[in-house]
Amino acid sequence: MFDALSDRLDGIFSKLRSRGRLSERDVDEISREIRLALLEADVNVRVVKSFIGRVKERAVGAEVAKALDPGQQFIKIVHEELVATLGGATGKLTMSPKPPTVLMLAGLQGSGKTTAAAKLARLLKSQGLHPLLVGADLQRPAAVEQLRVLAGRVDVPFYSEPTDPVSVARGAIEEAHRLGRNFVIVDTAGRLQIDNDLMDELKAIAAAVQPQNTLLVVDAMTGQEAVNVAEAFNDAVGLDGVILTKIDGDARGGAALSVKEVVGKPILYAGTGEKLDEFEAFHPDRMASRILGMGDVLTLIEKVEATFEEDEKRKAEELLQSGKLTLEDFLEQMQQIKRMGPLQNVLGMLPGMPKEVRNAEIDDKDLARIEAIIRSMTPEERRRPELINGSRRMRIARGSGTSTNEINSLLKQFKQVQQMMKGMGGLGRKAKAGKKGKGKSKGPKQPAGLPGAGFPGVPGGGLPGFPPR
Amino acid sequence: MVVVILVVVVALVLVATGVFVAVRARRRDVVAGEPAAPPRPAVRTVAPIETPPVETPSIEELEALLRAPEAPEIPAPAAPEIIERPRLRDRLGGTRKAFSGAFGRMRGRKIDDETWDELEESLLLADVGMLTTTRLLDAVRTRAKEASATEPDELISLLRDEVVALLADDADRTLRLAPGEQNVWMFVGVNGVGKTTTIGKLASQRVGEGHRVVLAAGDTFRAAAADQLQLWAERTGGELVRGQEGADPSSVVFDAMSAAAGRGADLVLVDTAGRLHTKKNLMDELSKLRRIVDRTPGALKEVLLVIDASTGQNGLVQAKQFADAVEVTGIALTKLDGTSKGGIVLAIQSELGIPVKIVGVGEGIGDLIEFDPAEFASALFSDEG
Repeated sequence: MFDALSDRLDGIFSKLRSRGRLSERDVDEISREIRLALLEADVNVRVVKSFIGRVKERAVGAEVAKALDPGQQFIKIVHEELVATLGGATGKLTMSPKPPTVLMLAGLQGSGKTTAAAKLARLLKSQGLHPLLVGADLQRPAAVEQLRVLAGRVDVPFYSEPTDPVSVARGAIEEAHRLGRNFVIVDTAGRLQIDNDLMDELKAIAAAVQPQNTLLVVDAMTGQEAVNVAEAFNDAVGLDGVILTKIDGDARGGAALSVKEVVGKPILYAGTGEKLDEFEAFHPDRMASRILGMGDVLTLIEKVEATFEEDEKRKAEELLQSGKLTLEDFLEQMQQIKRMGPLQNVLGMLPGMPKEVRNAEIDDKDLARIEAIIRSMTPEERRRPELINGSRRMRIARGSGTSTNEINSLLKQFKQVQQMMKGMGGLGRKAKAGKKGKGKSKGPKQPAGLPGAGFPGVPGGGLPGFPPR
Repeated sequence: MVVVILVVVVALVLVATGVFVAVRARRRDVVAGEPAAPPRPAVRTVAPIETPPVETPSIEELEALLRAPEAPEIPAPAAPEIIERPRLRDRLGGTRKAFSGAFGRMRGRKIDDETWDELEESLLLADVGMLTTTRLLDAVRTRAKEASATEPDELISLLRDEVVALLADDADRTLRLAPGEQNVWMFVGVNGVGKTTTIGKLASQRVGEGHRVVLAAGDTFRAAAADQLQLWAERTGGELVRGQEGADPSSVVFDAMSAAAGRGADLVLVDTAGRLHTKKNLMDELSKLRRIVDRTPGALKEVLLVIDASTGQNGLVQAKQFADAVEVTGIALTKLDGTSKGGIVLAIQSELGIPVKIVGVGEGIGDLIEFDPAEFASALFSDEG
């Protein structure tokens, strides 16, 4: 149906890479495709227009003419523009010189305000602040109750009263003084539409408690409407920042781009899951990289550096080049990957993954079963799986709490992968050579500079031997 | 370096998925207590689910039911909403303005490239999506040529016709409810789209029509979700069945159906926790919920996917995933009273053949109305005001 934005751009850029020069006609054609891709990602039509305009202007100009590799240069321009639009730098909350600092959340119904309030409280608490959660959403049935429960879960005091939102907010400040809390988070009511009642209520609360931070909560799945919402709230109460929620889905999050462009204030946080600790600072550069199909390379590299030891890295590379993989190596590699977190997450960070792989459903429990099977083998069996006969199979099955069927399919699957690896041995060398040649001066810490070089070639042409599943 | 990781991960994934797809398939046959899988058609999405072979009332009968005066024991608050429901057109002011803006500019000019660009932009701004927009405009182009249209007004009217044609599709938009037996409607969707509220409004309407309604608080995840539904139950005169927070939702649904059978309630509205369609385990949980309901053959009449009208192109992916997991029978389009256009339902209808059945247009208890394609389209393209 719809290809993810990164897939689209992948396609466009691979076409670009094969070209020597970038003519004005090329730029026009590519711009059209980027426009399409951005629209499919729900970036607002008008934002797309101005974005494309800026990219085109820069691309047709001298910058590209001077560049050695026009394709790379173009990618760089698009990436830079994306980063610039998304915020350029990571934003911060404003702290009041006289505590408590007040933060007010605003947004439409269902955008995730209440959950965001609790998650934010948890985050701030872990940073050494003393937050107070305030339930001023007296509209939605049980909204106050929801926040009270969540406050209990994150172990942060809670305040509300069944009067009116303004009194609640005022009372909350007194409560904060009384309890010695230095950060007050006010959850407000959402409305189905941007209406005057809602805006008046927000204005009244803002007037009563003078928040240093008014944050708009926006659902990452929002479509074209995001622009209107952001505009309306910004006009009414003056936004200081944005929280983007539900980015753990597969929406491309074009709304982020739209809102940022309209409000001009940083996207501060992103909600990344249902659990209360799944909430983090928003990284514009990473988001842009992801949109560009470079995966969350920065995050991945950080994790790899933290988890892989130097010699282990070398070993893995040798392994790849030799094209020989034993179950023993496999087990070892598996341990490394496991340290980086759930496999599905690691997978999501890899750039240009073939779709079949990226969409694969992986339960980490399955990995545990595989591990159990391999661990139930003798070292000799791990090196030479062909040794495994009927009685050995029975023993392994009993030892790992699995069945002989599972062992059979594991061995069969492993054999296929082995063959595939053999086919890829040469490719690993090639990709490495390419990386060394082009990226030497950049070093491993600047993957953002890598898009044109090295590994993006892997998914495109590198895995022809994919066994059908 | 990254290449290495990539290869290892790929290898891992291949081994993991390959092995355990096989294992899962095998395990599934063994799971205790599961009835032999009910005959679920292998069709993924498009085919309309056939009404089970029970005596369904004719549309006339249902309409008669709808108009029937409320049962005497029903508390007063449920009364007014049946009498006068808001019309879709009155609630689509925002959409109308958006379109009239573009169309107003077109007026009195000749048809040129810019006209087409503006038509395209208007559709895109309504979240119709590129694919469906292109499809619609291609059709309009062909017909405009045939009719040798010269005025932008003609294009707009042709476009309106195309939208109605796309939406109408002879879809059955009634919510199936067989008298004298247990009927179950399930509500699914991503977080924050308004499932619980939609259930509250529907409960109010159906109680008002004289049905005995049980509300099943299947959202055991979100804090206070059951409390929210409880308030709706109190407001509407429905009965609530709930479990502990964090309880297995299928046990709640099972209890609700037993309770409904015991009390002679004919309609069970099942609330479910909002979940992103990308969460495999949560989608599996949903399929399991459906299987629980299916233990009473024929009881499950509707599986409604609730979609927020401000949803962008991801709505199409949502619809596809939920349809794959639980065979969605219709869409409940919520929050259409704002400036949100809800254009994504055009894409969903055209790509997946899932019809919109009900529309939430306001916060009032009665602000839930039937979907009328002609009204939706003309409201969409009306260029007055």
